Amino acid sequence: MDFLRPTTLAEALRAKADNPDAVPIAGGTDVMVELNFDKRRPKALLDLNQVPELATWTEDDETLVLGASVPYATIIRRFADIAPGLAMASRTVGSPQIRNRGTVGGNLGSASPAGDAHPALLAVNATVDLASVRGSRSVGIHEFFTGPKRSVLEPDELIVAVRVPVATGPQQFAKVGTRNAMVIAVCSFGVALHPKTGSVGTGIGSAGPTPLRAEDAQLYLAAELEGRWNDPKPLPDNVLREFGQLVGAAASPIDDVRGTADYRRHALSVLARRTLAWAWQDYSSGRWAA
Amino acid sequence: MRVNVEVNGKQRTADDVWEGESLLYVLRERLGLPGAKNACEQGECGSCTVYLDGVPVCSCLVAAGQTEGRSVRTVEGLADGDKLDPVQAAFVAEGAVQCGFCTPGLIVAAHDLIARTPNPSDAEIREALAGNLCRCTGYEKIMDAVRTAAAAAGGGQ
Ligand SMILES: Cc1cc2nc3c(=O)[nH]c(=O)nc-3n(C[C@H](O)[C@H](O)[C@H](O)COP(=O)(O)OP(=O)(O)OC[C@H]3O[C@@H](n4cnc5c(N)ncnc54)[C@H](O)[C@@H]3O)c2cc1C
Ligand code: FES
Ligand code: FES
Repeated sequence: MDFLRPTTLAEALRAKADNPDAVPIAGGTDVMVELNFDKRRPKALLDLNQVPELATWTEDDETLVLGASVPYATIIRRFADIAPGLAMASRTVGSPQIRNRGTVGGNLGSASPAGDAHPALLAVNATVDLASVRGSRSVGIHEFFTGPKRSVLEPDELIVAVRVPVATGPQQFAKVGTRNAMVIAVCSFGVALHPKTGSVGTGIGSAGPTPLRAEDAQLYLAAELEGRWNDPKPLPDNVLREFGQLVGAAASPIDDVRGTADYRRHALSVLARRTLAWAWQDYSSGRWAA
Repeated sequence: MRVNVEVNGKQRTADDVWEGESLLYVLRERLGLPGAKNACEQGECGSCTVYLDGVPVCSCLVAAGQTEGRSVRTVEGLADGDKLDPVQAAFVAEGAVQCGFCTPGLIVAAHDLIARTPNPSDAEIREALAGNLCRCTGYEKIMDAVRTAAAAAGGGQ
C-alpha cells in the first residue's frame, strides 16, 4: 500500500489522477473502520489532512463555501447562525470524538443514505464543488447521489467544498435512533423555510436508496404558506399532518435491522410534522422578517 | 513506512508502519504506550481517545501516516512526573475505576471538557462523555469524578 501526502489541492488532484484507485482519507471515521476490519485493502491512501484548501471556508451574504475537510465540530461552533440545519445535523453525528474528525466531504464521499449532513444539504439546495486535473464542476446536491453509497464522483475527482446558501429562514433537522449519541439514523428529516422566495426545502435520510427530497410536500407547504408569511399564526393541525403524510409518502424505505419500512414512513411523517411546527414557531418569533 | 510524530512532548519515530495502520496500533505496539486501549476499533467506545493537535480523537480511526509532523498527547502524558493530573486523581479518589479499560479514554475526554468548560453542568459532562462507554461502573462514580476534578481545577467559584 502507498500513503500519499499531498500538501496542496493541485498536488492532491495530480495524485488522484495518477492513482485513481487511491482512497482519499479525511477524518478517517469511515475509511479506518473498513481498514481495521479488513473490509478494504486499497492500493493507496490519499491523506487530505495536509491540504489547506480543503480545511478552510469563505462566507459572504449569500453563500457559505465550506471546505470538504472542515470537521463537524467546527460547523457546530461557527456556522449555527448561517447554516442552522447543517449545524443541527452535525450535532447529532456520532460523539464528540467523531465530530472532531468527521467531515461533510467524507459524509458525501461515503454517500450513505443515512449520512446526516445530506438531508440538511438537500433542504437548502446546496451545491457540491468537485475538481480533477481535467477541471472543476459544481453538482446540485439532489443530483449528487446515484444509489446506495454511490455518487457522481469520478475516480480522478475530489470533493473540494459544499456551497451552502446562507439561511434566510428557519431550518430544522431531526433524526430517529435508539439513543442520543452514536446512532446511525433509522430515518432523518431536514426542513428549510425560505420566506424570501416563498419556498420550502426538505431532505429525507435513511429511507430510500439515496437521500431524497419530498417534492410534493414542498409544493403543498409552499402553497399553504402563501398568505401566511406576513401574518404568522400557528399552523392548523391539518396542514402539519398533511405535510407529514406527504413526506412519509415520498420515502421509499426498506426493512432492515434498524427498522421496518412501515415504521420509517410513520416516523418520518412524525418528524416532518414536528420539525415544521418548530420551524414555523421560530419564524413567528419575527427573527426572520423578510 | 516511517512516521515521525511528537508524542507527549517528545519527538518519536516509528518504523515499519503499515500504511493502513492506526495511530492506536502505533502508540501501543510500536511506541510502548499502552495507555490508550483497543476495544472496538470502530470509534464506538472511546477507550482509545488521545489528543491530536490538542483535540480529542479516537486513535483507532486516525491513520498513523496522518500524524506525521503533528503532536499527540496520550493519557501517559497528563501526569506531571509522579503527580497525577487532577482528573486522574479524582478518578482514583471517587472510585470511578473498576476494570479500568475505559478509564484512559474517559480521562482524556474529561480532561478536555474541563479545559474548555471549567465548571461543566451535568448535561455538559454527559454530552462530553457520550463517546466513551463503560461496562462496569454505571457511570455515577465517573460523573462524581468529573465534578470533583472540575472543582479541583478551580471551577465552581
Ligand atoms: C462511531 C461512529 C459514529 C458515526 N456516527 C455517524 C452519524 O451519527 N451520522 C453520520 O452521518 N455518520 C456517522 N458516522 C460516519 C462518519 O463519521 C461520517 O460519514 C463522516 O462524515 C465521514 O467523514 P470523514 O472525514 O471521517 O471521512 P473518511 O472516512 O475520511 O472518508 C469517507 C469516504 O469519503 C471519501 N472522501 C473523504 N473526503 C473526500 C474528498 N474530499 N473527496 C472525495 N472523497 C472523499 C473517502 O475516500 C471515503 O470513501 C459515524 C462513524 C463512526 C465511526
Ligand atoms: S477502540 Fe477506538 S473507539 Fe473503541
Ligand atoms: S471500569 Fe470497566 S469498562 Fe469502565
